[in-house]
Amino acid sequence: MRQDVLPHWAAPTPTTPTTRRIQIAQGIRDSFSAGLGIFPLGIALGLLIIQAGLPWWLAPALSLAAFAGSLELLLVGMVATSAPLAAVALTVLVVNFRHVFYAFSFPLHLVKHPVARAYAVYAMIDEAYAVNASLPEHERSAPRLLAMQIACEAYWVGGGLVGVALGAALPAPIKGLEFALCALFIVLTLDAFRSRKELPSLLLAGASVAVALILTPGMAMFTALLLFVGLLLPRHAVTARRTVQEAAGA
Amino acid sequence: MPSTSYLVAVLAIVFSITLALRAVPFAVLGRLRGSAIVRRLAVWMPVGILAILAVTALHGTVTADVHGTWYALLAVAVTAGVHLAFGRRTILSVGAGTAVYVVLLNAL
Repeated sequence: MRQDVLPHWAAPTPTTPTTRRIQIAQGIRDSFSAGLGIFPLGIALGLLIIQAGLPWWLAPALSLAAFAGSLELLLVGMVATSAPLAAVALTVLVVNFRHVFYAFSFPLHLVKHPVARAYAVYAMIDEAYAVNASLPEHERSAPRLLAMQIACEAYWVGGGLVGVALGAALPAPIKGLEFALCALFIVLTLDAFRSRKELPSLLLAGASVAVALILTPGMAMFTALLLFVGLLLPRHAVTARRTVQEAAGA
Repeated sequence: MPSTSYLVAVLAIVFSITLALRAVPFAVLGRLRGSAIVRRLAVWMPVGILAILAVTALHGTVTADVHGTWYALLAVAVTAGVHLAFGRRTILSVGAGTAVYVVLLNAL
């Protein structure tokens, strides 16, 4: 109670430096598991760019411009064949459209500084969203979030440069490293399910992805996310009606 | 090899569309925050989105190497099993699952 009476300027100052350092350390620790998927994927991107006969600087440039792993791997093939710019634009729109849905639950409100906010939005990659979504609400903080995002971008750009450097030096690339990404998402799903027992959401998502894989295997993620949101809206309508009825009954 | 101006144009397109897709929803949601539907979706979406990412990533892995389908499914079981059995240490679980898949795929 007493703390509420304190003036604004007095409250945060004494504790901020240490907690902030701890929060940054937590964020970097969060990034390690994501990095296990991001770094090898970055190497794969660098290798792919060299194998496609494209200039080495495209790896860091593409990673800074897009900072979206699956999209970049897809674009290398298109760029190597000089695909029309309109086709490039459409691909970016479709593949990255899922980020629209992240805004609902990405804790951007924690970040106050305008530059930091802009960076947090720019660097809102799948892994950053996923790692954060599996954290309980009270453990989130702006320094933790930003440290994790900056670390992820370092792994991604760094991995790309390593891949470019390896170039043709490697006789045959190690296959299957991209499974790390799949494993990460599985683990994060388990964690998110533990912090919020949302079985209906899991079932609706399962149904959406099953239908999407059958109907549009080429762009299953896009279709699945669209179906999932399409199913949550009626669920909202049902929940809202039930809440009103309960309120009326009570 | 594509010209530098083409590559720069690609970079500009990729940057602006990706950033717009990430930023515009926040601008729209800013006005809706606190509404019942946004609060419910914020609770409902994460688990489902993560599950969709997991399944589509698995699908991508399997289509890249069809003969490794069983290895991938085994690696999924190892990942989840290690995670639940050894105290939810993400790096351990991801590392174990990935190692199983990479070793099986390259050795067999």
